[in-house]
Amino acid sequence: MTDERPDPDALLRQVQADEARARRGRLKIFFGASAGVGKTYAMLAGGRAALTAGTALRVGLVETHGRADTEAMVGDLPRLPLKEVPYRDRVLREFDLDAALVFGAQHADALLLLDELAHSNAAGSRHPKRWQDVEELLAAGIDVWTTMNVQHLESLNDIVSGITGVRVWETVPDRIFDEADEVVVVDLPPDELLQRLKAGKVYLAPQAERAAANFFRKGNLLALRELALRRTADRVDDEMQAYRRQSTVQRVWPNREALLACVGPGEHGEKVVRSCARLAAQGEVDWHAVFVETPALQRLSDSRRQHPLRVLKLAQELGATAATLSAPEAAAALVRYAREHNLVRLVIGRHRRRWPWQRSLAERLTDLGDDLDVLQVALPGSPFRAGAAGAADERAAEPLPWRNYLAAVAVCAATALAASPLVDWLELSNIVMLFLLAIVGVAMRFGRGPAVLAAFVGVALFDFFFVPPRFTFAVSDAQYLITFAVMLVVALVIGQLTAGLKTQAEAATQREHGVRSLYAMSRDLGAALMPEQVAEIGARFLAAEFGARSALLVPDALDRLQALPGATATVDAGVARWAFDRGEAAGRGTDTLPASPCLVLPLKAPMRLRGVLAIEPAAGDRELGPEPRRLLDTCASLLAISLERIHYIEVAQSSTLQIESERLRNSLLSAISHDLRTPLAALVGLADTLQLTQPAPTEAQREIMRSIRQSAMRMSTLVNNLLDMARLESGAVQLNRQWQPLEEVVGSALASCAPLLAGRKLRVQLADDLPLLHLDSVLIERVLVNLLENAAKYTPGGSPIDIIGILHGDRVALSVQDHGPGLPKGREEAIFEKFERGTKESATAGVGLGLAICRAIVQAHGGTVVGVTRDDGGARFTVTLPVGEPPRDAGDGVALAEPLRKVQTP
Amino acid sequence: MTELRARVLVVEDDADIRRFVRLALEAEGHEAFEADGVRRGLLDAGTRRPDLVVLDLGLPDGDGVDFIRALRTWSAAPVIVLSSRSAEADKIAALDAGADDYLVKPFGAGELMARVRAQLRRHALAAGSEPGADATLQFGDVHVDLARRMVERAGEPLHLTPIEYRLLTHLASQPDRVVTHRQLLKAVWGPGHQEDTHYVRVHMANLRKKIESDPSMPRHLVTEAGVGYRFVR
Repeated sequence: MTDERPDPDALLRQVQADEARARRGRLKIFFGASAGVGKTYAMLAGGRAALTAGTALRVGLVETHGRADTEAMVGDLPRLPLKEVPYRDRVLREFDLDAALVFGAQHADALLLLDELAHSNAAGSRHPKRWQDVEELLAAGIDVWTTMNVQHLESLNDIVSGITGVRVWETVPDRIFDEADEVVVVDLPPDELLQRLKAGKVYLAPQAERAAANFFRKGNLLALRELALRRTADRVDDEMQAYRRQSTVQRVWPNREALLACVGPGEHGEKVVRSCARLAAQGEVDWHAVFVETPALQRLSDSRRQHPLRVLKLAQELGATAATLSAPEAAAALVRYAREHNLVRLVIGRHRRRWPWQRSLAERLTDLGDDLDVLQVALPGSPFRAGAAGAADERAAEPLPWRNYLAAVAVCAATALAASPLVDWLELSNIVMLFLLAIVGVAMRFGRGPAVLAAFVGVALFDFFFVPPRFTFAVSDAQYLITFAVMLVVALVIGQLTAGLKTQAEAATQREHGVRSLYAMSRDLGAALMPEQVAEIGARFLAAEFGARSALLVPDALDRLQALPGATATVDAGVARWAFDRGEAAGRGTDTLPASPCLVLPLKAPMRLRGVLAIEPAAGDRELGPEPRRLLDTCASLLAISLERIHYIEVAQSSTLQIESERLRNSLLSAISHDLRTPLAALVGLADTLQLTQPAPTEAQREIMRSIRQSAMRMSTLVNNLLDMARLESGAVQLNRQWQPLEEVVGSALASCAPLLAGRKLRVQLADDLPLLHLDSVLIERVLVNLLENAAKYTPGGSPIDIIGILHGDRVALSVQDHGPGLPKGREEAIFEKFERGTKESATAGVGLGLAICRAIVQAHGGTVVGVTRDDGGARFTVTLPVGEPPRDAGDGVALAEPLRKVQTP
Repeated sequence: MTELRARVLVVEDDADIRRFVRLALEAEGHEAFEADGVRRGLLDAGTRRPDLVVLDLGLPDGDGVDFIRALRTWSAAPVIVLSSRSAEADKIAALDAGADDYLVKPFGAGELMARVRAQLRRHALAAGSEPGADATLQFGDVHVDLARRMVERAGEPLHLTPIEYRLLTHLASQPDRVVTHRQLLKAVWGPGHQEDTHYVRVHMANLRKKIESDPSMPRHLVTEAGVGYRFVR
């Protein structure tokens, strides 16, 4: 039973993959063995059908190559405009990725037809390759149909070139092909294809015609066709297996036998990686690719050191997890990595040992990890010699090496010159010692090559000037041959060791320097309190360490990237934006917008992305080596962590400040309200009690008492309004909202205004279908009281006031109408402002806070309040409140749909 | 109605207000005692045995609500609370603790005396009535027969739901007293519905439609906004 249960991890992966797929667009590839089989035609035919079915379709780019039938097939299919890219003195018409993304954003089921997946974009485009465009389209949820030939598949690339002798440079990672949602094989038997070729139906670029003629041989076509069909069959098989897994058919969960491709510094890394990719694909297992950087490798020229990185990039494209390890010895590091990552098979290139006493990598791996399988990949002949020659050239290209060699010769000559007067006093063996000393000096000062030269020159000079017969290369005593040989060997070995030591010491110093300046930077960052300081520290570090200009960009409140002061580099906003949005490095030396002069690194902090760091290396076009790049990454993460730390310090400070000020404001408000109200209350009360004194006051005195009382009451109202406004504005008011009928609030408002409204006719019309509203009854009552007070204040005594409540869709409108002069013209909105009154300097008391308070309260309820002058003259103030979702249960055991309508007024 | 002469305790920290309340009470013939804090107030309440207490909620040496709780352990004398505006929570707490009515500062002598009269009358009535003596309630044109559980309006029988009946009788049995939503919920629905204040409001609205002549301007079932209800004869 338990065997039937799917592996939970696998199920989780499946679910995650399904989710990711649901968001992504779907990719359909029309796959063929070679050009001319009709992929584009098939794609267009499918597109036509999809368009008829109502899909939002655009043709992104289709190469018709002037073929009439394809041209006809495109016909009136809607096309996206092409982008014109200036290239040297021409203008290239390229696919417009941004236009496609815009189109995709406008249509939910957008489908894009885009020919030639393997196409390389013109320099200056966002991505170097079209398949990267396609990835972005898919990520944006746009479906894409595209075409490709078998020879463009990365992992088959060298096989195809082996078969056909024609190397194709435009390749597509297998991952893209394997992850495509659908692959349609467009097949045409070779004979028919050749006929079409003869009939001129297959497009060939004029300059490629000869190579192509070679390509389109029947043998080649058969092989390509088989490759294409087999590759597709593999895919179908995978789908089948995926289906089986999903349907819980599998009984045994196999151990994943993951592979590790060991990339060496040589040219063959690529071959190892491709082989490993194929093995991994067949076994359907994960694989890693690793390059071990040993101290010895640091002596290599930069371009040689770049090579493994390119290979690792290739491996990544082929689907591997790639890593660079730094270790003194490759085999141990590989074994440790393999064990850590549970990789049971190591794939390495087969190397012949250079010397009999050397142990090959395979042997060392076997010694260290006898539980690991080591697969050796056959490597072709020896293109390495060529590579080595190239390397030598590169080395020659380093600054002024010939001077070093010249100096080596000069040192030897000087030694010979210095030694010649001593020849009568010194034994020849001691003169040999002098030469050895000179060679050690050369090795230390000028390095390995000059040391080798010095060894040979030294032996020659020694022979010529000192070994009898002197001043000839002839040797009288054969014993001296041994001296020469030993001297040469000792000179070479000492020279090599010394030079090696020196490079290692230099490398160590350099590293130490890097680490020390990182340490210094992190110490400075620890003391930084503002983002500007972080930017400045980072810029200083980058300038000192790389001589590079830099800029630190952080998002502002509106999420726009802004350069912090102190930036010395100017960054293309697009590159920075891209890197920030994706959280990936962009610009120079990466896959995205490599033409940009800047390398833009995302500043990833534990919580979120804090910005980007742009680095513009000072001079030279070389890509950054692995070590500087590592240093840069570390620098970027240090900056990110500092920015985050500063951010949280700010957050903590501002929230403490906010709490503090809120506390202060509240205590101030309550103190003021108590201290102002208490004397007013006493004033009102005492004015009242004055009337009760004996002997009874005269009528004039009573009048004065009434005035005192009224003034105190007015003052009290004013204080209340001011305090209410202050509370509302400071956000200190917490709504105490409860579901209630509007009628009750209207009732209590009318009750509190009863003395003011005495003698007026009040008409209250509340519709029967008003639902319960979610209100703070005290505050809404205040709104109504203020409106009613205004109505009483500004209209002639005795004129009627109407209160009308109706339901308008999902809002309830409550109006207070009077029959007075109406609102001052053009000031219907201004009267809601603080300290605004309808009529300036009017005799009516008040400071103009009532309506402002009304508006603040109603807005806090999510409603609106407006005032208008009605056509028939009076003013109408309308409060609109949202209905929300009233509770259904009225607590009487019956769920009432309309609890208020149930009872009719008797 | 006969003139009631009562002993009234005024607990208030502001001397001016205290004085005016005393003057107003004495003008009506009541006997007033002053206290300026919770402790002093409780002492006086114990020794003077007042018939009514006027209590300020913001006292310097303690919470007025604590005073009410302590007083209620041994006295049923009505308590009128003085509070400031926008302090509904304080009022509710005081009423729930046992206060009978409240006044918002600033208030006039007339208002105060009306409340005092109403409370003294209600208290005297409750003290004087014997169980079962008067099983009817009469207000406006509404007549409630408590024994037969019948309600009539202008001579016509009025149909009330059980909840409406309980609401009406609970409120009408303590006229002029402010009853909070919470107290009503507990009395009519029982404990466990303390937060469902819309129950009370919905049924109160229905009840008003049945017994008030103008439900939007009720005369008997008066709303105390944000606090509760008061029954007025």
